[in-house]
Amino acid sequence: MDIVVCLKQTFDTEAKIVLNSNGKIDGTGVNLIMNPYDEFAVEEALKLKEKFGGQVTLVSMGGERVTESLRTALAMGCDEAVLIQDPDLESPDEWVTAEVLAKAVSKIPYDIILAGRIAVDDGSGQVAIRLADALKIPSVNCIIKLEVEDGKAAATREIDGGTELIEVRLPAVLTAQKGLNIPRYPSMMGIMKAKKKEIKGMTLADLGIGAADLPRKMSITKFSLPSPRKGGIKISGEAADAAKELARILREEAKVI
Amino acid sequence: MAKGIWIVIEQNKAEIRNVSLELLSQGRMLADKTGDPLVAVILGSTVSKLAGIVTPYGADKVILVDDENLADYTTGAYTSVLNKLIRKEEPQAVLLGNTAVGKDLAPRLAQRLGVGMASDCTGMEFDEESFLTFRRPIYGGKAFAQVIANARPVLATIRPNTFPIALPDTARQAEVINETAEIDSEDLRAIVKEIVLAASQRPELIEANVIISGGRGMKGSENYCILESCADVIGAAVGASRAAVDAGWIEQKFQVGQTGKTVSPTLYIACGISGAIQHLAGMGTSKVIVAINKDPEANIFNLADYGIVGDLFEIVPLLTEEFKKLG
Repeated sequence: MDIVVCLKQTFDTEAKIVLNSNGKIDGTGVNLIMNPYDEFAVEEALKLKEKFGGQVTLVSMGGERVTESLRTALAMGCDEAVLIQDPDLESPDEWVTAEVLAKAVSKIPYDIILAGRIAVDDGSGQVAIRLADALKIPSVNCIIKLEVEDGKAAATREIDGGTELIEVRLPAVLTAQKGLNIPRYPSMMGIMKAKKKEIKGMTLADLGIGAADLPRKMSITKFSLPSPRKGGIKISGEAADAAKELARILREEAKVI
Repeated sequence: MAKGIWIVIEQNKAEIRNVSLELLSQGRMLADKTGDPLVAVILGSTVSKLAGIVTPYGADKVILVDDENLADYTTGAYTSVLNKLIRKEEPQAVLLGNTAVGKDLAPRLAQRLGVGMASDCTGMEFDEESFLTFRRPIYGGKAFAQVIANARPVLATIRPNTFPIALPDTARQAEVINETAEIDSEDLRAIVKEIVLAASQRPELIEANVIISGGRGMKGSENYCILESCADVIGAAVGASRAAVDAGWIEQKFQVGQTGKTVSPTLYIACGISGAIQHLAGMGTSKVIVAINKDPEANIFNLADYGIVGDLFEIVPLLTEEFKKLG
């Protein structure tokens, strides 16, 4: 069973976001991590490999520093990595990313494509599903359980108010939600081995894509920061009085109860 | 020229989701500015009577697609039908709720149409050239991006509870159009084997008007009943911080924060939650925030509108009693 995992490097969730003098998100000094949801995707791929054999190939798009996250995933046990890097991939939108990934993934054998359900930076949650459509294969979004048998996947996905069990014939794209598994830590041995594994660089030219083929469908016109909330009233006194006062305020002043 | 603002109505067993009514209400205001018709699009099985339910919220036209294959939501069938309708009618914008369905359907549909999409928006307006622009939280709400599509149509999912529901105008009339479902066979490849809905009568977390959430201070799974009793008095949903979920006290689906659900209720009551930056990312847009925490230095007090420094095991039951008295 061959598996492709789409991986994105993101800001650490601890990161405080600031804007630079050009009004853009300032990445200076920010710690970068593997998108937390992609860790679940990597873990699930490794579990499938342990059960069925095959290759796990990582595919990512971004700058040189993405190799750090790719090395982490290789150290967890993935076999190979592809990093698509190109000056013409500056500020890609979700359509562009999906089109480029589709071209790259088409060059790799796969039965299953796994990805995180969302990236914690742009929070779009679009690329993996778009990729499935670009490859004309089914997708199951936001899965918390997966069973694979006889060329079929039975995936339990989170829906509002419950869960849904979806059966799809492979190949398919599956996006991982927290709860799917508990990602392993890279072992010492894994870290040593990862150093020898190949991270293959690719450009748009390698994929047969011209810059003109990738008009952006969406543009970001402005970044802003939320207006800071200020602490309000602290209600003091005995517990019973404080609770009574809080209930009164919520009803009469805030009018939210 | 592209025309029309479409709202894809989400219904479950003929019950319409609140977010769909929120979108119709806001869509009406937008449509009035440009003269675009506001169109409600309903997919499902035996849904014809829903036209009369959505019309009072502002629809000029209702497109009904009634088909057995659309009874349960599936990515493929819904994408297939909407793709064809949108290509035929060329609306300028198609809006969905940022729900489990919207999050799954909109990206697939956008790719099929080869168009842009704005996810999980918390604001939308027309620019000078009558293009819709969207405001959307990024980095889990630690920043916002204003985005615009470079071509029409544009798709967007809007966060529930972002816009108020307008008062229904029962005198309103809308043109109702029945379309047949044309589903490509390759879009029928996924099979829904089973749907399990939780037995809870509490509102869905992402749509709840009031949420009472517990964190590390809850000390154990057995204590969530304190929050549940309170929630049931005020019709609230129960939430949790990552610390409580990772400790195994409560299921992951209740987690609010950057790696959980993003919520925007009218009232958010944080109990025993310190206020880590990742948690604030998930609930910072709540209209009123209340904090109950033993630690007077807890970060949550820096943004709570009202706070009580005290033991939640003492305060919350007292508060529940006070809410009961208010009726």
